Amino acid sequence: MATAENKLAFDGGWGYDPAPESTDHIEIKSRYGLFINGEFVKPEMGKYFDTVNPATEERLSRIADASQADVDKAVAAARAAYRGPWGRMKPAERGKYIYRISRIIQERAREFSVIESLDGGKPIRESRDIDVPLAAAHFFYYAGWADKLDYAFPGRRAKSLGVAGQIIPWNFPLLMASWKIAPALACGNTVVLKPAETTPLTALKLAEVIADAGLPPGVVNIVTGAGATGAAIVEHPGVDKVAFTGSTNVGRMIQKKLAGTNKKYTLELGGKAANIIFADAAIDQAVEGIVNGIFFNQGHVCCAGSRLFVQESVADEVIAKLKDRMETLIVGDPMDKNTDIGAINSSMQLEKIRSYLKIGKSEGGEMHQSSCSLPKKGYWCRPTIFTGVSQSSRVVQEEIFGPVLAIQTFRRYDEALVKANNTPYGLSGGIWTDKGSKIFKMTQDLRAGVVWANTFNKFDPTSPFGGYKESGVGREGGLHGLDAYVKLGA
Amino acid sequence: MASKRIAVAKTYKIYIGGKFPRTESGRYFTLEDKKGKVIANMCRGSRKDFRNAVVAARNAQTGWAKTSAYLRGQILYRIAEMLEGRREQFIAELKLQGATQRAAETEVDLSIDRLIYFAGWTDKYQQIFSAVNPVSSSHFNFSVLEPTGVVSILAPDDTSLLGLIANVAPAIAGGNTCVVLASESKPLSAVSFAEVLHASDVPGGVVNILTGFRAELTEHFASHMDVNAVIYCDGSKAVAKTVQVLAADNIKRVIARNQVDWSGDAENPYLIRDTQEVKTTWHPIGV
Repeated sequence: MATAENKLAFDGGWGYDPAPESTDHIEIKSRYGLFINGEFVKPEMGKYFDTVNPATEERLSRIADASQADVDKAVAAARAAYRGPWGRMKPAERGKYIYRISRIIQERAREFSVIESLDGGKPIRESRDIDVPLAAAHFFYYAGWADKLDYAFPGRRAKSLGVAGQIIPWNFPLLMASWKIAPALACGNTVVLKPAETTPLTALKLAEVIADAGLPPGVVNIVTGAGATGAAIVEHPGVDKVAFTGSTNVGRMIQKKLAGTNKKYTLELGGKAANIIFADAAIDQAVEGIVNGIFFNQGHVCCAGSRLFVQESVADEVIAKLKDRMETLIVGDPMDKNTDIGAINSSMQLEKIRSYLKIGKSEGGEMHQSSCSLPKKGYWCRPTIFTGVSQSSRVVQEEIFGPVLAIQTFRRYDEALVKANNTPYGLSGGIWTDKGSKIFKMTQDLRAGVVWANTFNKFDPTSPFGGYKESGVGREGGLHGLDAYVKLGA
Repeated sequence: MASKRIAVAKTYKIYIGGKFPRTESGRYFTLEDKKGKVIANMCRGSRKDFRNAVVAARNAQTGWAKTSAYLRGQILYRIAEMLEGRREQFIAELKLQGATQRAAETEVDLSIDRLIYFAGWTDKYQQIFSAVNPVSSSHFNFSVLEPTGVVSILAPDDTSLLGLIANVAPAIAGGNTCVVLASESKPLSAVSFAEVLHASDVPGGVVNILTGFRAELTEHFASHMDVNAVIYCDGSKAVAKTVQVLAADNIKRVIARNQVDWSGDAENPYLIRDTQEVKTTWHPIGV
């Protein structure tokens, strides 16, 4: 256990030299239109908004703000492509187009990583090693399904739905676009996709890829804008299916908006995952898992392990080691290859996180943050933990979507389970123990769609993802992810 | 000389938590035959009855979900056995509510066979719908189905026995517990079916059956915050909208079953899958 004597000193006068990824090989236009019917067009109302680098607060580009008229055009283009070339295409040929998208993303991977980190603030190491490779893999995986759908649904015939309206969040912009577009296309649908207003650039770059891949015009349309644009897609009578990833509150509004229509929908919403550490766990590994669970991507992760439950007998040791480890986390320039925690995605999100820090303290929680220095410009939040919180604390119950961990202890298995399941959410969970039977019991008992045992925050195109309870409806990824984009006939 | 015997009429009650209470509201509605003769005073179930039933269903859910697939199959089979034994009673009751002899026989036979059908699925649907996922990293990754939880069911009005069983059987075969609103116009078979359930080793609370007015109870079936999924049969467009709006408050799964031919295309495991969640588990591979 770390004590004052044997504690590692990280302030010994040495540090990493800056190792910034260069940005000179990428091209970001000063202005982006909407990608409709295979080409970039100006928005009907002529309005644009800024997309900002959250690490520098500097404008990266001006982005078209799509109005109802633009959404109408995009849906019409998608409908025409569905009735026309895409709907008539042999499934195997459809698959080949999707393979092309995957290969071009791989070819342009470095460019995508750099732009993702510039626009969203996530460390380049994560966009380079996780977001972009996974996005390419996702297209590659679903490409192969295009001509094999009859094997996915025994006893049933899978038919496409039509036009899919898709709305994605700002935490994994390119990856979420691939999660949405790849299965939709594989199942024979066409797409109108709206990226988040703070992170539109990689989706617009993906539009370039889609054009380069030679997909028929209108098969994928990308419209940028804020909530009003999203609402126009959700409520559009020409949309047959809505896929949304974002907050539970917006998901609930969408589910209500869709009431009385025959639109199919999938919702991937919020979470407040329990990460449960038993005394017999490999403690050092578990501490790494805690760090990965809550500080990965600045905690902007719907499945983040934001509630930690530590068995009482090892709580002091785990928390001491966690605090030590937090001291080593490098917060700062997302473009630096040594950075662990990048910029908070937007000033709005930073405000929200700060308000929760206040709430946590005012409710009697004890807050601890690492002592790292922060850049002067940009949006930053130090890795933060709360102890002395209870089940009813708002920082325990509500999704913060930042690098903020709420820590509680437990004595017995049952106590851990009841506390872990005491949430309206049910997206993910984690368990750390050396005992296999305990893993199987806990992974069965947790009411959550994804459970990581002795690991956390792992993703793969073959692995279904999605929540129980108020964390959403439906799954994305894997065989089960096809379901969202087909109707089943006899 | 034998005197003419007075028959003993049955009091039709609701079924909550393995017990047969009257509605807490004390209200009733009268069921009449074609000639206007009173058949029964039915319980006009209330919101409070429904809430009690949800508590019973929730309490029973974990235990029922953990009941082995083999045993769930045997219990569903047992329900069929009990129904077969009371075949004549169910035919008579359907006839009392207006069915011809032939239609009544067909409906009861199909109902028994439907229970057998789903009894056979309890230990098989998992193998059809689960997956081992070949992830790129060094992890063992698999996806299994788990019951969604507590399911509220607005049963079809027309096929009052078969329609009810065709919705209840796949829900409980998959480990869910449920609260059902019986056919409003033909509620007798549902109550008698509760007696069959009661004699079939189905734990109390796994199936709860209310009688009453659909117009009054629909909103509660859709809005209750401790219900995980709502199934509604033959709802008008307005009803569909109401159900879906209210269901959104806790992101319920909403399953619409309109114009289903319950005697025809209603035998498939996708009816089980409708009230299942996919859970994916990751574990590292290493020494």
